[in-house]
Amino acid sequence: MTSTLTPQRRTRSSPAAPGPRTAQAGTGLRRAGVQLLLWLYAALAFGPLVLVLIGSFRDNADILRQPVGLPTSLGLDNYQRAWETASLGTYFVNSVLVTVASVTLCVTVSAMAAYALSRWRFRGRALLAALFISGLMIPAKLGLLPVFYMYQSLGLIDSRVGLVLLYAASGIPFSIFVIMGFMRGLPTELEEAAKLDGANEGRMFVSVVLPLMRPALAVVTVFQFAPTWNDFFYPLVLMRSDDKYTVPVGLTRFFGEFAADRATLFAGLVIALVPLAIVFAFATKHIISGLTAGMSR
Amino acid sequence: MTSGPRRPARYRAGRTGLGWIAGFTLPALLLYSLLIVVPLVTAFYYGFFHWEGTQRAGFAGLGNYQEVLTRYPLGDEIPVALWHNVLFFVGTMAIQNTVGLGLAVLLYRNPRCKRFFQTVFSLPYLISPLIVGYLWSLLLSPSFGPVNYVLQSVGLDSWARPWLGDPDTALPVLILVNAWQWIGGPMLIFLAALGGIPRELEEAAALDGASSARAFWSVRFPLLMPAVGVITVLTFIGCFNIFDLVYALGGSDGGPGGAMDVLGLLYYRTAFEGGTNAIGESSALAMMIFVLIFGVAIVLERLLRRREVAS
Repeated sequence: MTSTLTPQRRTRSSPAAPGPRTAQAGTGLRRAGVQLLLWLYAALAFGPLVLVLIGSFRDNADILRQPVGLPTSLGLDNYQRAWETASLGTYFVNSVLVTVASVTLCVTVSAMAAYALSRWRFRGRALLAALFISGLMIPAKLGLLPVFYMYQSLGLIDSRVGLVLLYAASGIPFSIFVIMGFMRGLPTELEEAAKLDGANEGRMFVSVVLPLMRPALAVVTVFQFAPTWNDFFYPLVLMRSDDKYTVPVGLTRFFGEFAADRATLFAGLVIALVPLAIVFAFATKHIISGLTAGMSR
Repeated sequence: MTSGPRRPARYRAGRTGLGWIAGFTLPALLLYSLLIVVPLVTAFYYGFFHWEGTQRAGFAGLGNYQEVLTRYPLGDEIPVALWHNVLFFVGTMAIQNTVGLGLAVLLYRNPRCKRFFQTVFSLPYLISPLIVGYLWSLLLSPSFGPVNYVLQSVGLDSWARPWLGDPDTALPVLILVNAWQWIGGPMLIFLAALGGIPRELEEAAALDGASSARAFWSVRFPLLMPAVGVITVLTFIGCFNIFDLVYALGGSDGGPGGAMDVLGLLYYRTAFEGGTNAIGESSALAMMIFVLIFGVAIVLERLLRRREVAS
């Protein structure tokens, strides 16, 4: 399978091939039909999100009376209620802390290991690479019970540090896989030149390799960010106190408490979605190439 | 996905000191082994003991495995949950491959606004399954949900129903919601695969007088099979790991009458809401699920690779 995540020199190749000749696409009518289908599916994919967004600005009584409709006024009351009364604000800060710390840790250790595995030759290298890559297929969550007891003896239950370590660890296989794939296609001339100039391994990594790796690091960061931000299983089991919950666990609590208050629930969902929307807006290109890289492994 | 280098040694083999190698690989190795590999091995070990709370109460051999498979209600719940996982996988595959391929072909033939559509179609991919679940449970809710409201306002009153509260519709709805979320992936893979097929092949078929539909089915379609294989492996892993989405749509019991119960929920209930021997039983269950997922994934991948080499 081809991966679109190849170093810059090779990106503009086959996947972006121009469409077939216009003659083949048929008449204008057929073309309009195709466009219509595409827009229909776009509505199906995007519509539910729009409904939630609209609902988050409506008055709860209105929603219960008429489930589909437009907001009568553009107030932020629902958001305020979700953020403060339902303490989504606290969960949000926790999620940001945990996500940023674990993604940073994961990308750092993975970049180092992937560099060593793809550029240095040493005994056990292939085995080590295989060990990391096999993690792509391991259902890591099944090890949660032993992790729970290990954390209990280390005092890491109900600790954000514990969550950070766990997330960083579970992101390692994918990160190493993507970065190694990228390194394989990266020419070694610059590194050889730096070597001739007398740079040692550490210096070479920091000032030559890391800048070259940037596209792969971007993909890995985005792809670590989303599952970490979204994860629900680990904090559900490992976190105890309300003020340390991350957004997803907070949401389950919130959905129990505010079950009848649709408007606030919609606002809460929007708050949970905002960081991902921001990431998406800034990194669409990386996301598309990461999806294809991850998918075509 | 071979990990071995194709080219011979880069700048001189064997020159890197052991200290550097350890310094660069150990942080990742430690994190990964301590929190991913070791716990799985430990679970395997735990599974051979009988437990009373958190106290080990003697070697049980395969006793836990036997207990999990026969003890009421677990013994009955496992086959049901497994069957739901299978249906879930088959249903998701059917929808994803047909709709995903359809969308990819449309986009390939019609590259106008391709980027925009690609982005919109794969947008739900990034959202947490938990949020997707809550979102749809609000949209599908029996009395105040927009879906039933729309059905009623266009005169299809008889279609409106408590989608997630009805054991007959719960699992199909779960499959549809799951496909809705992940469809962008298969679409992107198919799109990349279509772009990788040389145009000459199709032109040759056209010269031979084949219609464009025929050219598609007999020339392009077989070349898309490796993509289907990749999608199969990924969908399999995803569908057998499912937890968040079902939890949000049906709670930890798996919806009305357990109509959406799956292995992931069952493991959660056994491990964290279980009886005195929870550790022993859930570890045994975890190992069975592990062997199932990892084993099938590896077999599928092997089959795929052989096919790719052969073609």
